[in-house]
Amino acid sequence: MQELLMIAVGAAFVNNVVLSQFLGLCSFLGVSKKMKTAAGMGGAVIFVLTLSSLCAGLIYKFILVPTGIVYLQTIVFIMVIAALVQLVEMFLKKSVPALYRALGVYLPLITTNCAVLGVALINVQNDYTILEGTVNGFATAVGFTVAIVLMAGLREKMEHNDVPKPFRGMPMVLLTAMLMSMAFYGFSGII
Amino acid sequence: MKKNTPAERLYNGLVKENPTFVMMIGMCPTLAVTTSMMNGIGMGLTTTVILTVSNLMISALRKFIPDGVRMPAYIGIVASFVTIVEFLLSAYIPSLNDALGIYIPLIVVNCIILGRAEAYAGKNKVIPSIFDGIGMGLGFTVGLVAIGAVREIIGAGTLLGFQVLPESYEPVGIFIQAPGAFLVLALLTALLNKIRAGKPKKDGKPSGGCGSGGCAGCGNSSCAGKNL
Repeated sequence: MQELLMIAVGAAFVNNVVLSQFLGLCSFLGVSKKMKTAAGMGGAVIFVLTLSSLCAGLIYKFILVPTGIVYLQTIVFIMVIAALVQLVEMFLKKSVPALYRALGVYLPLITTNCAVLGVALINVQNDYTILEGTVNGFATAVGFTVAIVLMAGLREKMEHNDVPKPFRGMPMVLLTAMLMSMAFYGFSGII
Repeated sequence: MKKNTPAERLYNGLVKENPTFVMMIGMCPTLAVTTSMMNGIGMGLTTTVILTVSNLMISALRKFIPDGVRMPAYIGIVASFVTIVEFLLSAYIPSLNDALGIYIPLIVVNCIILGRAEAYAGKNKVIPSIFDGIGMGLGFTVGLVAIGAVREIIGAGTLLGFQVLPESYEPVGIFIQAPGAFLVLALLTALLNKIRAGKPKKDGKPSGGCGSGGCAGCGNSSCAGKNL
């Protein structure tokens, strides 16, 4: 249990997926303009990342390892993720329309979110069991959501500020990300 | 310049639609591996090779891939090449492979590659597509090398491993940590904005425009979130 907690805290805060490992930066920078969309994206990532680490873990352990084709892991994982995202989208559309309306538009964007493939590969690299891997996936996604929601909050406030011209747009967002990443640095003492 | 000639494609990738500083795509490796200039060169050239061969393959197969399944097909092609390159690197340049680590397999989800497949290679002839890949790849490499060089000089006082600043210089360690990556990219982009603002505008927006890439969620500064 303690081990799982360590993995979870480590993935969510200490090695925050966006601010210290630079995974999922594309959606972090792209979809953080408004709090509402950021929260939606975060929710969709939590959902997909937890499911995909579970699926990737199962496939790795019960298909890739027994048949000795571990070297195909990148191809298999990305295909699994793409298929999973598609399935989740169809499933939500049919059976949980309310959730689909909230998360629907973000789902297709997640296939190219490198955090999803990244976590699947990190789980394999660290020899996590399926349970540990799933916890790692969930915690990583929580870390992503925390970062993107914080960023969206800051960006909403920043909109009315008088930023020097060359810094308008992306540079200012990157500077904000720098300050956030320094703040998250403070977590590195707790594990 | 005439459209779709090799020279025009190279110019387009290096300057006009530079993936790092203009399009702002492929940010994950840009920030993650540029702790030194050598890593930047390694990552940039690896991506260039994969981008060129996948552009070649996708362009050659563009008449055979049905429109409805083109994304999965592209991802399959790119993932195969990435796996091949990963093996080649671990066999012949193991030091680079260790330095780049997980970011090599993650080239599969680099927006630049799928973006170019969708925006260019899937619609154009083989030869221009190859040069499009080379141009974009080199543009990406230039971005990585610039960021890597700045971070290495300030953060370690070295360049390509050689001491360039006097011994008395105290390296600013934060520059090779995560916050330094954000800072250097922010400053370089602002600097380019400043230079570009000084020049008279020729044709406004880069022709890539919004929604041309394969991934609407990519951090293309001017377009991001527009499809939402």
